[in-house]
Amino acid sequence: MRDTTSAGQHTSATPLLQTVALTKRYGTFLANDKIDLDIWPRQIHALLGENGAGKSTLVKTIYGLVQPSEGELRWEGRNMVLSGPSQARARGIGMVFQHFSLFDNLTVAENVALGLDGKESFKEISARLERVSHSYGLPLDPKREVWQLSVGERQRIEIVRALMQDPKFLILDEPTAVLTPQEADQLFVVLERLKSEGRAILYISHKLEEVKKLCDTATILRNGKKVATCNPKAETAASLARMMVGTEIKEVKPATTRQITVPRLAIIDLNLEPDDPHGVHLKGISLELRGGEILGIAGVAGNGQDELFAALSGERLAKDPGTVVIEGIAAGHLSISRRRKLGAAFVPEERLGHGTAPRMRLSENALLTGHVAGNMVLHGFVNTAATLNAVDRTTETFDVRKAKRDPEAASLSGGNLQKFIVGREILRNPAVLVVNQPTWGVDAGAAAVIRQALLDLAAGGAAVLVTSQDIDELIEISDRIAVMFHGRLSEPLPTAEASREKLGLLMGGSSLEATEQAHAAGT
Amino acid sequence: MQLVLEKRAERSRTVALISPLIAIGLTIVTMTILFAVMGKNPILALYVYFIAPLADGYSLQEIAVKATPLVMIAIGLSLCYLANAWNIGAEGQFLMGAVAGSWIAVKTQGTEAGHWVLPAMLLLGAIAGALYALIPAICKVRFGASEILTSLMLVYVADLLLDYLVRGPWRDPQGFNFPTTAEFDPVATVPTLIEGGRLHLGSILALIVVAAGAVLLGRTIKGFEIRVVGAAPRAARFGGFNANQLILLTFAISGALSGLAGIIEVAGPVGHLQPGISPGYGFTAIIVAFLGRLNPVGILIAGLFLALTFIGGEQAQIAMKIPLDVTKVFQGVLLFYVLACDSLILYRFRIIFSAPQVARGTH
Repeated sequence: MRDTTSAGQHTSATPLLQTVALTKRYGTFLANDKIDLDIWPRQIHALLGENGAGKSTLVKTIYGLVQPSEGELRWEGRNMVLSGPSQARARGIGMVFQHFSLFDNLTVAENVALGLDGKESFKEISARLERVSHSYGLPLDPKREVWQLSVGERQRIEIVRALMQDPKFLILDEPTAVLTPQEADQLFVVLERLKSEGRAILYISHKLEEVKKLCDTATILRNGKKVATCNPKAETAASLARMMVGTEIKEVKPATTRQITVPRLAIIDLNLEPDDPHGVHLKGISLELRGGEILGIAGVAGNGQDELFAALSGERLAKDPGTVVIEGIAAGHLSISRRRKLGAAFVPEERLGHGTAPRMRLSENALLTGHVAGNMVLHGFVNTAATLNAVDRTTETFDVRKAKRDPEAASLSGGNLQKFIVGREILRNPAVLVVNQPTWGVDAGAAAVIRQALLDLAAGGAAVLVTSQDIDELIEISDRIAVMFHGRLSEPLPTAEASREKLGLLMGGSSLEATEQAHAAGT
Repeated sequence: MQLVLEKRAERSRTVALISPLIAIGLTIVTMTILFAVMGKNPILALYVYFIAPLADGYSLQEIAVKATPLVMIAIGLSLCYLANAWNIGAEGQFLMGAVAGSWIAVKTQGTEAGHWVLPAMLLLGAIAGALYALIPAICKVRFGASEILTSLMLVYVADLLLDYLVRGPWRDPQGFNFPTTAEFDPVATVPTLIEGGRLHLGSILALIVVAAGAVLLGRTIKGFEIRVVGAAPRAARFGGFNANQLILLTFAISGALSGLAGIIEVAGPVGHLQPGISPGYGFTAIIVAFLGRLNPVGILIAGLFLALTFIGGEQAQIAMKIPLDVTKVFQGVLLFYVLACDSLILYRFRIIFSAPQVARGTH
């Protein structure tokens, strides 16, 4: 274990918050194993780690949502036992969750009022809300209903709500996961200001560049254990990644001999109203995707990516068959099974409950999408040997790690289940693969395997459409990148021309021309 | 010390098998207390309920006769429940099957009709049950009406229709004004298996239904569709399975089996149509389906067990003057425990002896 932070820079003698050998056990599983952490005022402390490393458990313990099995929490040097989050808030600990807890049909002020413990009147709350949000440069209209707001604005509500309790210590769980690069920069300004006011911040992320830019100290967790505490500015992104993962990540190799061939998937002026009143209306989406090509769709979550996926897969049918063309055949009116028969394959974002039935075996989940073609079903009877064979082939080709030959889907880790789902579709040799968030919440090793598989599939002649919120991932594997905003899709840019800044502006709703101008003005 | 309920990584197959046994055990404990409170000798009562009926041949046959409709209905219900379609109205479908099948028996009464009568009755009974079950299913699919309410309410409609028929147009003229049809002709009667016994051909049909249910659920793509649509509706849609179609299908199968059970009951053990042909088979079958873990073989065992409680209840009423309603209490308590014990399949109890304590590790 190394410790490169010097205690000399701290103004006070005792840390604001300390965890001493904090341990949390779930059954025999150690989510947190003897974690020591010191949080000092006037510091932004990063908590780094892969999914499942124990970051969430640790902060939930600090926020009083989870009781530690062993170990101690100390607040300003004294032992602290929290029976719930309200006690944590009372001491000055605030938290902004990754998943917002807001009521869509209530106004901003109503949402904030619901989250406060005090006895203020609603009028006072509204007034204070406006004051706090303006003084921190986080403008919010208290009277607007949440469903009308963008994801960035919703996050602002959560942050302002936390700030209204004047916390000494603020925890932010992956706050930039849903923001455009520009919105993230604005957030960093706010965080720097909070720091200068003497507050402590615990910043959870797995975006290493961000952490290097923003944070003073970083604690890295791996498999529930603390691996290191270091100064992230003195490390490289690669050295931080190594500490997070424990091994070197295999580089993804782009195929050298990819040939762009015939059009395999076309979307022609697709307009679709949402099922759900808070859904996104798809407007005039057009796209052509050829064999051998990977096209990336960037965008902040909730801008119509899910609706587009449903329209492409056939879970939502279009009125006009000609709006979705698969392998030259108008398919807008066809069911998902018919589209699979045309050679299309789909990987949804949600692994459990959408991509797989969680409480069913892998062989049954192979049958879920494999029943349309091949030898899995004969005269209405299931060929169990064929479904097991599909599991074995996927396991072997994509290195799916599991406890037994045919476990339930829910028992696999996120990365292994995602490898299984992607592998299941790829082994069907699709001509078109539509994949939504291929590596969301997946460990770095599995992510590399999946990205390589997508590249290899395209090299084999398939057309691959990847939707992702991870710009770096799209830049790494795509030939062209388009951006989705408010249900519209921008003209795709060749990856070579798609800088992070340009994509960020498009993700924030600027038009392509405006982006070009901004670019020209900047250079 | 703390008792916590903890989620298991994978559903426990052992507990899935023993959970009904735990439920039966807990029910027996509860009933022992209840018998004691009622001032009856609990040991004797339990003996009369569970052991005595197994000791003589007549009761054994009677158990099989009672289990026949329970098992047939419960197999159909299990398909509905697996597909997340809540058919609570099997009792009504049972009665409609009985009424429709009886129509042929009544119309051919005293004619020279041949051996086609019974097969036609069975077929018509099944069709009527299926059509009756499709009413709530279509309302659900088309208008989003809760199938739980509509299927349940249609039970009373069927009950009153039967009542009207046997008191009105179909009443036996020689029946001394009793609300009943005339005794069915031999060609309209389900044959018994043992000369002079009560065991009839319907029990064989029930076994065939169990086998067919097992094959459907375990081996066919349709059975897989039914299971996925209930277990993970969004994944089922992603798999290309049509939930609405499966609701209609499972309701139709369930209704057909209930209707078949109804006409077999009337054309077999009862022998004529009258009110009260069912002591609540359609409702008790719900307990059978869950006690049998929605699994065909489990349902067969559960059906025999519940039939035992019916027979035991009758004998306890005769021998110990225990009210017949106690049997219903017993069945209700059993369903309660079965559903409660099911949480142990996905969760387990853990006793934590030490409170969270301060541990000072070395640094």
